[in-house]
Amino acid sequence: MPDQPGSTAIDIVRVSKVFGAGADQVAALDAVSVAIRENEFFTLLGPSGCGKTTLLRLIAGFDFPTEGHILLHGADIGTLPPNKRPVNTVFQNYALFPHMTVAENIGFGLEMLNKPKAEITARVSQMLKLVRMEALAGRRTSQISGGQQQRVALARALAPQPKVLLLDEPLSALDYKLRKEMQIELKRLQNETGITFIFVTHDQEEALTMSDRIAVMSAGRILQIGSPRDIYDHPAERFVADFIGETNFLAGAVESLDGSRARVRLKSGAVLEAAVPEGFAPNGEATIVVRPEHARLAEGEGAALAGTVETIVYFGTDTHVHVRLDDGGAFTVRRQNSRGGEDVPAEGARVAIAIPGAAAQVLRD
Amino acid sequence: MARTFDVRRQTGFTTIAAICFALLYLPIMTLVVYAFNAGTSIAIWEGFSLRWFEAAWNNNQVIEASWRSVRIASVAAVLATIAATMAALATTRTKPYRGLAGKYAFINMPLMVPEIVVAVALLIFFSRIKIATGYTGLGYLIAAHTAFCIPFAYLPIRARLESMDQSLETAAADLYANGWRTFRRITLPLLWPGILAGLMLAFVISLDDVVITEFVKSGGQDTLPTYMLGQLRRVVTPEMNAISTVFLLLSIGIVTLFFFMSRRK
Amino acid sequence: MASAAEIAKAYEAQDVRRRWLLSLPALLIIFFAAIGPLAIVLVYSFLEPGNYGDVIWKFSTDAWVSVVLERDIFDDTLSFADAHLSIFWRSLKLSLLTTLLTLLIGFPTAYFIATRREGTREIWLFLVTIPFWTNLLIRTFAIQEVIRSEGLLNSLLIWTGVIDQPLRILFTDTAVLIGMAYVYLPLMVLPLFASMEKIDFRLVEAGYDLYASRFQVLRRIIVPLVKPGIIAGSILVFIPSLGAYVTPRVLGGGRNLMVGNLIELQFGQGRNWPLGASLSMTLLAIVLIALMVYIRYAGSGERRHG
Repeated sequence: MPDQPGSTAIDIVRVSKVFGAGADQVAALDAVSVAIRENEFFTLLGPSGCGKTTLLRLIAGFDFPTEGHILLHGADIGTLPPNKRPVNTVFQNYALFPHMTVAENIGFGLEMLNKPKAEITARVSQMLKLVRMEALAGRRTSQISGGQQQRVALARALAPQPKVLLLDEPLSALDYKLRKEMQIELKRLQNETGITFIFVTHDQEEALTMSDRIAVMSAGRILQIGSPRDIYDHPAERFVADFIGETNFLAGAVESLDGSRARVRLKSGAVLEAAVPEGFAPNGEATIVVRPEHARLAEGEGAALAGTVETIVYFGTDTHVHVRLDDGGAFTVRRQNSRGGEDVPAEGARVAIAIPGAAAQVLRD
Repeated sequence: MARTFDVRRQTGFTTIAAICFALLYLPIMTLVVYAFNAGTSIAIWEGFSLRWFEAAWNNNQVIEASWRSVRIASVAAVLATIAATMAALATTRTKPYRGLAGKYAFINMPLMVPEIVVAVALLIFFSRIKIATGYTGLGYLIAAHTAFCIPFAYLPIRARLESMDQSLETAAADLYANGWRTFRRITLPLLWPGILAGLMLAFVISLDDVVITEFVKSGGQDTLPTYMLGQLRRVVTPEMNAISTVFLLLSIGIVTLFFFMSRRK
Repeated sequence: MASAAEIAKAYEAQDVRRRWLLSLPALLIIFFAAIGPLAIVLVYSFLEPGNYGDVIWKFSTDAWVSVVLERDIFDDTLSFADAHLSIFWRSLKLSLLTTLLTLLIGFPTAYFIATRREGTREIWLFLVTIPFWTNLLIRTFAIQEVIRSEGLLNSLLIWTGVIDQPLRILFTDTAVLIGMAYVYLPLMVLPLFASMEKIDFRLVEAGYDLYASRFQVLRRIIVPLVKPGIIAGSILVFIPSLGAYVTPRVLGGGRNLMVGNLIELQFGQGRNWPLGASLSMTLLAIVLIALMVYIRYAGSGERRHG
């Protein structure tokens, strides 16, 4: 029976992974739980060493968890060797077999599954077409470009029709332009094949543009899971806010709480309305984040914050205005540039900063 | 073109290097030239002739010793390469485990112990076995040659394994290949150049051995090198040069083959 | 059901077992046909010699005593065994000189190869490797031909008028030294090259930038950088030189013995197997000490850089 859309493909249940022994023990994963849905493009995002690749390797079967369970459609696969798991991987360095042709690489998995020759041939040509590599089927993998190797690696991992495709920073070796192209290509492949993709990256932009949902990881834990919009607009923790995009942090105190919104008094005395994350327990002090592009430079007094322009940095598409607040803090405002040449304040000018109600977010920690 | 300051240059080094290469090759070349001497001296040139090659060809002892050398080297090289390949697979690309360092040291030990000491040890050990069993065949020489060839065969195989991308085998396992099929389809084909290199080195090393062979051989088991060592005590004719020339060509041929194979990655 | 961690542990244990099984043939062959019998040599060194070679199974330290001491046949007093000690001394001296000579020639040669363009570099390296893989006996024979009285060297010297009587080099210590330097030269060049290849020549540029002369760059930058190669090359030349057998036999002409020949003598004409065994063990001990010094040296060098 085909799975319903939205049902769980991979269920990670309180998985821990400890490397080394004795005093050298390092906990790479600390009781991580996450349910990854059927047909979704799920991204594990975090800095290097956060445990995202370890989690991917546990799902693939290259390592075994120290504790916890890994379920695939409800069945525990945590103790199966990799060749017994209906899960395939696209490796960071592609790991294409150098002594085989492109077609032989793509057919390898099916061959190991002892599929009949005719089926392998048909499937390989289908895959070659899918990744638009028909012309290079007979080439050695050392004779094709990096972008082409990337496509072959994808085709090879997709050919056995895995339940889940694991992608370990597959775009990191490509140059900027090719990476952009492959991001769109990956999204297309995921749509066409309907296979669940679990994608590992440290590139926040990549994660935001491609994913259905993102799990932000740090130090072996998942900090927040949500859609790209969710994660960007409503970061729940300081690490998430800091890691993804640029952010202004403001200190304040919660005055009152009303469901998912709170009234917060800033140090400057201004009172803001801000969104609060799930499971938020007010204890007086609170940190509020405001994205630079959500704040506006305002005229005169009466706005939330006031300060002096320190530096102005021109970025082409926009301009960053770095303001030293009167209470000593720093605040950045981003303004979209236009041909009209709006008047930008001069360095040293007094400015006020207005923060619209929807722009502020309270952090959990 | 303007001369620039060459930071790599060191005064006199090129001259010494030139002398060094001359020193390395002049004696060998002289030896080869006199193999074609028409006279009986290995120092006075009396014209070109192939008579000494002919003499060597017709010398039963030379032919027998050569044939024996090749037989021993072939068997020992194949055995050593198989054992070395297995040992290399067992000692590379793993977390350290108990005994790994010791194993590695033990495999390389024949390279460190002076050959004369091993030769003496084998003389004593094998003479006991010869008395006990009555067997006096080529087995002793083959066993001894296999043992000292293993570290030489092990060297390139191990190097090849260590430079091999381990994610290829991980990828094969990910694509449903079990341990044996991963070895057959991925590891072995990629390791093959290393194995061939090991085989050739082992063959050359066995072919060249004098000391251990001299001590281990029973009567009438001369290999070409021990035959030559015996002859060097007497008055030497260009026949020795002729034999050496053929021997040299064989070794150089194998090493050249090895060179070009290792260049082609 | 077993937990994932237990299963992982079982896989690991199975892997180690398989690795032991795989290495077993190599270990067994080396044990029985190379290293194991050394224990028998040690045992033999504490026995009494038989009349016609071999041993009599009676404990005795005579062999060890006679490595360095000599018992007077008339009054039983002990004195230093000049014959043995002088041979040990000659072996040590010739090996050290060989090491020095190969270093002096090998260093510039390795440097020359390491500074060639990629592509030609491999060819030069190959030219050093060829003699290394060709038969040692043949190379010794080739040197013998060159240095004999009517050989190439003397003919050349007489022809150029440097000398008018041929030099008698063959069957002297000099002959053995020349021969050993010739046959072991590649063993010095190869490790030197391996460490010179890794030199970052930007460091040399920095040296010149900071006013160093060519010689100062060599002494203060290049030599310290390739020190591991110098040590490795020296050990690789010193150890086989010390145990050399073929070269002194062919070029030393029976009189200029080295330890290797002295050992052989005890198993041939000397018919004193226990003495041969104790001499072998002494040689082995010297080599192992040299190796240990090398390992400590190389180890501490790495620590300093790491």
